[in-house]
Amino acid sequence: MEKKDTFLLGEKEFSSRFILGSGKYSMKLIEAAVKNAEAQMITLAVRRMNTNQQENIIDYIPEDVTLLPNTSGARDAKEAVYIAKMAREIGCGNFVKVEIMRDSKYLLPDNTETVKATEMLVKEGFVVLPYMYPDLYTARDLANAGAAAVMPLASPIGSNKGLATKDFIQILIDEIDLPIIVDAGIGKPSEACAAMEMGAAAIMANTALATAGDIPAMAEAFKHAIIAGRNAYLAGLGRVLERGAQASDPLTGFLRD
Amino acid sequence: MEEKAKVQAGLQNQFYVDSEKLSDSVLKKKHELEQNPASRTNYMEYEEGMERINSDIMEKVLHEMEHYHYEEYTEADVRQALAKDRCSIEDFKALLSPAAQPYLEEMAAKAKQETSKHFGNTVYMFTPLYLANYCENYCVYCGFNCYNDISRKQLTKEEIEKEMKIIADSGMEEILLLTGESRVKSSIEYIGEACKTAKKYFRNIGLEIYPVNSDEYRYLHECGADYVTVFQETYHGDKYETLHLMGHKRVFPYRFEAQERALMGGMRGVAFSALLGLADFRKDALATALHAYYLQRKYPYAEYSLSCPRLRPIINNNKINPLDVHESQLCQILCAYRIFLPFVGITVSSRETKQFRDGIVKIAATKVSAGVSTGIGDHESKYTGQEEGEAGDEQFEIADDRSFGQMYQELSEEGLQPVMNDYVYVRR
Repeated sequence: MEKKDTFLLGEKEFSSRFILGSGKYSMKLIEAAVKNAEAQMITLAVRRMNTNQQENIIDYIPEDVTLLPNTSGARDAKEAVYIAKMAREIGCGNFVKVEIMRDSKYLLPDNTETVKATEMLVKEGFVVLPYMYPDLYTARDLANAGAAAVMPLASPIGSNKGLATKDFIQILIDEIDLPIIVDAGIGKPSEACAAMEMGAAAIMANTALATAGDIPAMAEAFKHAIIAGRNAYLAGLGRVLERGAQASDPLTGFLRD
Repeated sequence: MEEKAKVQAGLQNQFYVDSEKLSDSVLKKKHELEQNPASRTNYMEYEEGMERINSDIMEKVLHEMEHYHYEEYTEADVRQALAKDRCSIEDFKALLSPAAQPYLEEMAAKAKQETSKHFGNTVYMFTPLYLANYCENYCVYCGFNCYNDISRKQLTKEEIEKEMKIIADSGMEEILLLTGESRVKSSIEYIGEACKTAKKYFRNIGLEIYPVNSDEYRYLHECGADYVTVFQETYHGDKYETLHLMGHKRVFPYRFEAQERALMGGMRGVAFSALLGLADFRKDALATALHAYYLQRKYPYAEYSLSCPRLRPIINNNKINPLDVHESQLCQILCAYRIFLPFVGITVSSRETKQFRDGIVKIAATKVSAGVSTGIGDHESKYTGQEEGEAGDEQFEIADDRSFGQMYQELSEEGLQPVMNDYVYVRR
């Protein structure tokens, strides 16, 4: 029997490699997006769930979809832990995406504090997915701290600029024995496809959907692109020659032994 | 032109109003303040008890403002600014200039794109709650000024709780607490107690009160407040001096540094504004944005937001208006703000009409007030139609009186996502 292509986060198995963001578009569209994307995981900000609002974002998420609450709003490790515990208390489960930003302009993650928070949260029994700036040493520290995956950014969050950090993400894919989930900056399905071809385990996107003309349709487009990229990766990409054609006579043809 | 001629030509507001209730000696003092600059204190001098901090931000902002000659910018500068990915201070100056006015539609398109990248289609909602309208300042354009004959009131602890409950029951989760600027009547402790009560009913508590020292901001943060709004009103020192004739608000630098002291006190975010129509609005808009810009460079983790109030009529002076800041100028300013500072919140208050607010939330604004009363203790009558007791008079007239429910529904119908809270309080 053919083995199902899945990946593990903590002890949970996922077959969908598309993680949806939820923060930037209407709640009613979340349901449609999740369905069209066939997503099994959706991120949502604890700060957004911290509400009595009649229309709570959580009501629009199908029950079989795993919630990935994020700690946005945290400015250091201590605050991230506080927010993660809040998420657990309001019934969001054990998963947490660590987001620690100390810059309100670019919202770049603070790698140092992220490592600290990951250490603390793993000890508290969370399945921790840290959002980080793609740096090899940080990724190793996160793996050593017990992270379930590493989530490097492709380009600044919300920018839709695509794989600006491509080479560094590739290093993480090659060197870290954890799922590498490309997060932030992916603007187009083609970019998601490219990241999957590189060997990323999954893609997370929010703004790319939120700014699309038809959000559910774009969710579906991403699904197909991610599947295509994954299949290409599994099939083994052919060589791509960087500089012109290869000489047909081998350079080492003179060797006689 | 003479002052009188300017007023007659509609180039200047006539702010001075003498109440019949003022005694001769009080009137004499008022007139002396209005007419004799020498009778007024030095507006650049800190008063006793006012904290001084080590900061060069005021100097930087004022320097840029003073050297901003907006008439020098050309349409080519504007086109260049619009073509760029990142908006520099120079580009921002071009976008604020008169040369940009024909490009309003292009600016709106770019602003909309930036807003959607950073905020998606969400719109945050809040409501202000005025705790008191006692004031020790004489700011000539303000309905609360100490010489204006209005009905004064301060809410008691019980009244505060009652008002908050009514507001919270409507569904609102973010509240902005305001007072007139009277330290005697509305003490730090009084405001702190109001914050503690608010914490029971709301997720996010903002303050728009008189500027205080950083240790006082810290105390208020510990009581539950996390966002501080201070309007500089105008960044033109000379003009500021002629509008704020008496009281601690007269001290320009202490007010300017309020946001920085608030951040030093542990507040998560700060908001800025000029009151458009008081002075040269292009320069004031530049200074407002740069005030946030430079502070963000110094305190990058904090959250920032801008407001954009225009002058409104007040009780006893219904002629006050925003002069040359028409809706298209206001729209230009807001688009320029958004393009220059894509990450900041932009609040549009109920001073503006429904039509303007509905339009601007689709382009640049990210936060609107609803169910607004700028009076004291009148939420019950406004929200439920029940009249009870005496209410205090309003600070200014509002133009959009939609209730929370109406606003929520109408924003949703426009394809926007009304958000009650996107915020977690963490004590710093």
